Amino acid sequence: MEKWMKFLEVNSSRIFDLTIEHAILVGLAILVALLIGVPLGIYLTTNDYLAETVLQIASVMLTIPSIALFGVMIPVFSIVNQGIGFVPAFVALVLYAQLPIIRNTYTAIRNVNPQMRDAAIGLGMKPIQRLFRVEIPNAFPVIMAGIRTAVVINIGIGVIAAYIGAGGLGVLITQGISRGDNYLIITGSVAVAILAMIADGILLWIQKRFTPKSIAN
Amino acid sequence: MITFDKTTKTYEGNVTAVKGVDFTVEKGEIVVLLGPSGCGKTTLLRMVNRLESISDGKITIDGQDSMSLNQTALRRKIGYVIQSNGLFPNMTIEENTMIVPDLLGWSKKDKKERFQKLMEMIGLSGEKFGKRYPHELSGGQQQRIGVIRALAADPPVMLMDEPFGALDPIIREKIQDEFLQIQKEVKKTILFVSHDIDEAIKMADKIVLLRGGELMQYDTPSEMLVRPKNEFVREFFGKDRAIKSLSLHTIQDLQEMIGLAEFDDAIADTKTINVNHDLRNTLSMLLNQEADQVIVSDDDGNKLGAITIDIVQKYLHYEIKAKPAPVLEGV
Ligand SMILES: Nc1ncnc2c1ncn2[C@@H]1O[C@H](COP(=O)(O)OP(=O)(O)OP(=O)(O)O)[C@@H](O)[C@H]1O
Ligand SMILES: [Mg+2]
Repeated sequence: MEKWMKFLEVNSSRIFDLTIEHAILVGLAILVALLIGVPLGIYLTTNDYLAETVLQIASVMLTIPSIALFGVMIPVFSIVNQGIGFVPAFVALVLYAQLPIIRNTYTAIRNVNPQMRDAAIGLGMKPIQRLFRVEIPNAFPVIMAGIRTAVVINIGIGVIAAYIGAGGLGVLITQGISRGDNYLIITGSVAVAILAMIADGILLWIQKRFTPKSIAN
Repeated sequence: MITFDKTTKTYEGNVTAVKGVDFTVEKGEIVVLLGPSGCGKTTLLRMVNRLESISDGKITIDGQDSMSLNQTALRRKIGYVIQSNGLFPNMTIEENTMIVPDLLGWSKKDKKERFQKLMEMIGLSGEKFGKRYPHELSGGQQQRIGVIRALAADPPVMLMDEPFGALDPIIREKIQDEFLQIQKEVKKTILFVSHDIDEAIKMADKIVLLRGGELMQYDTPSEMLVRPKNEFVREFFGKDRAIKSLSLHTIQDLQEMIGLAEFDDAIADTKTINVNHDLRNTLSMLLNQEADQVIVSDDDGNKLGAITIDIVQKYLHYEIKAKPAPVLEGV
């Protein structure tokens, strides 16, 4: 126990910095993934054929082992002299976040009660009005669930980013492994878990806060 | 005024849901679209606000071809009510009700006033219900909100697809009465889908009776009951007409015509009914109890005989089926 206290005392500011670095990497990746995934998911509801293709590609992407995907990123981004570091890690995380976000958005909008949609059209809403006034609000909890999945996946996979020099909490774990230092490994793992729980908690709060009361169940 | 001119709808896969239908809904009238399931009522209704395209023929609204009008503007001028009320769960009652005025860009003040007025019309408190969400209202209340939402921007035309279909019979009759009362004031031109003959007779100025997408008869309810144009119309109203007309006959009429049955003392708890009771009540009494006969007595309590379902049916056959009955004249 005393050893732990000492370890944390010496390393606390470094752990904190790495946690922030991890959070920023994942946060930015999610932001961009949202900007791509949500509109794409919504668009796909109007194009069944494309929807099937896109969802399949996104599924396949999620099955690629993360280490392999990061590996592929390196030569690709070497072309623009960004082979290691933030950029390839960031791009890989954006790709991983796509499936849950696109799929949940697509499914949520598709599953809006057809009679509700019918009423919206019959009352004379234009497609955009219908989307923002009826479809998105009613699809919101399911879309948020997709975002939460993406965030948790990304925080976990973000650990691998350390291998390609993007920093983050993975640094503690990779160093711990190479030095045989269990303190580092455990600290890194626990920090990742805590970060994931906090992020999920915040998102869950947002989800509850902005879900219309009457569709909460 | 809405005019259907050889209006036809063919869905993909060659289902012709509506076949060359011609009729005119006069201004301020309620026309009920009636007919068996799948006969094309909903399709016909939805062609008016162009939720379904028109395959052939046309629909004109106040003399203008509906296809020549702007689709969104057209819909905002036509109130639309559906069975499951279609209220949006993410909006309060006030927001739900004021959707069309909002889309039309009314001021806050105008919307507020309009909402209060509409709520008054259906006897609900605007203050109390305005901020609630649909799930916090009873089915009947929700359905009323569905109705005033369609009335909100004061459209000249209303389309109502089984608006009261999901309600239990008592609430349903109440809301029908209330709606007829409102209609006396607002005098909308209304197309109303129903598959319930009683509702149609009650609500309609005229009935459109459809079968397999074809118009069988377009007439006032009483004309249709008294002078059905063909066998289908006669049959469609037939069974119901028979049951209804039972209320115009007493057990005494039956006794005079075909006589009662011997009563069986062995059946322990047989109920007794006065000979002056009407046959409709008698029939429901027979259907509600387990014994298959009811003892008939006169005013002094003398047992005259017994009545059974079979006897009622036999009487029905003689009395009503045999004379194509003008019994309901003036319904
Ligand atoms: N979108 C559609 N595509 C193909 N066929 C359809 C479609 N909608 C309805 N139909 C068919 O058109 C016919 C008329 O349907 P419609 O819904 O108008 O009947 P309805 O009279 O309203 O019946 P109900 O009383 O059951 O509501 C039916 O045979 C139905 O199967
Ligand atoms: Mg229908």
